[in-house]
Amino acid sequence: MSATDDPPITFYRLQACPFCERVTRKLREYDLDYRSRFVEPMHSDRNVVKRLSGKRTVPAIVDENTGVTMSESANIVDYLDNTYGDGARTDGGQRAEAERDGGAN
Amino acid sequence: MVDFEVVSLPDADHVAEGDTAPDFTRPLVTDEYWEDVSLSELTDEGPVLLVFHPMDGAFPATYVWNEIRDRNWGTTTEDGDLTVVGLSISDPYSHKRLIEERGMDYRLFSDPQNGVAEEYGVVHDLDGMAGVSEPRPAVFLLDEDRTVEYAWVAAEWPDFPDYDEVEAAIAER
Repeated sequence: MSATDDPPITFYRLQACPFCERVTRKLREYDLDYRSRFVEPMHSDRNVVKRLSGKRTVPAIVDENTGVTMSESANIVDYLDNTYGDGARTDGGQRAEAERDGGAN
Repeated sequence: MVDFEVVSLPDADHVAEGDTAPDFTRPLVTDEYWEDVSLSELTDEGPVLLVFHPMDGAFPATYVWNEIRDRNWGTTTEDGDLTVVGLSISDPYSHKRLIEERGMDYRLFSDPQNGVAEEYGVVHDLDGMAGVSEPRPAVFLLDEDRTVEYAWVAAEWPDFPDYDEVEAAIAER
């Protein structure tokens, strides 16, 4: 598979993490093509996410369609709604962080 | 030399030299994460040495990866674009630990249900571990079309690849 066949969205996730599952549901709702990369529960083992987003929290997504890298599930859900939802906004607006994600460990 | 019993394994109707190796998709574990990857994605990039090994934590897994690491297979310029990749029934978390503990620059496929070994004809039902089967130790050198250029499958238990022979097959490419 060449790089051009790669799904445009890469989704960094933790197995069984409810915040990640929320993002999964949204990606599936909009029928988006994504690849899942699973990381470890230990924050200290998540350097790959830190390099991308500046934080070690998951979920995090990288969307090659828009060049956006983002963490925190509420932000991601808003972003997906605004970018791929029915009433997709053009201003890319994001609401203020509404929750704290991925605090375990 | 200490006299110890090795068990002969029955003949296996396994994938052999000249065959096209079956493609598969499984979680491929790096030192940082895992994601679903197909074998053909790897062969598209160049030849692949596919190493079936006993479950992580068993001493043969440790020995095999120490040896491959110390021989630098796939990491030197002589080996060109060869990719060396492992496969066992261990879960991705165990694979990450093995990669860390061995300090190895190789990725490992995770196949807990042993379906890939079934496709390759190298299933080994483990005596004394009810319901658990894993691959026999086996090594397949594949070209870009997944044609098998070299194959070795354990005929005894335990058994280890003839590393010099594998190295010669790699060098012949």
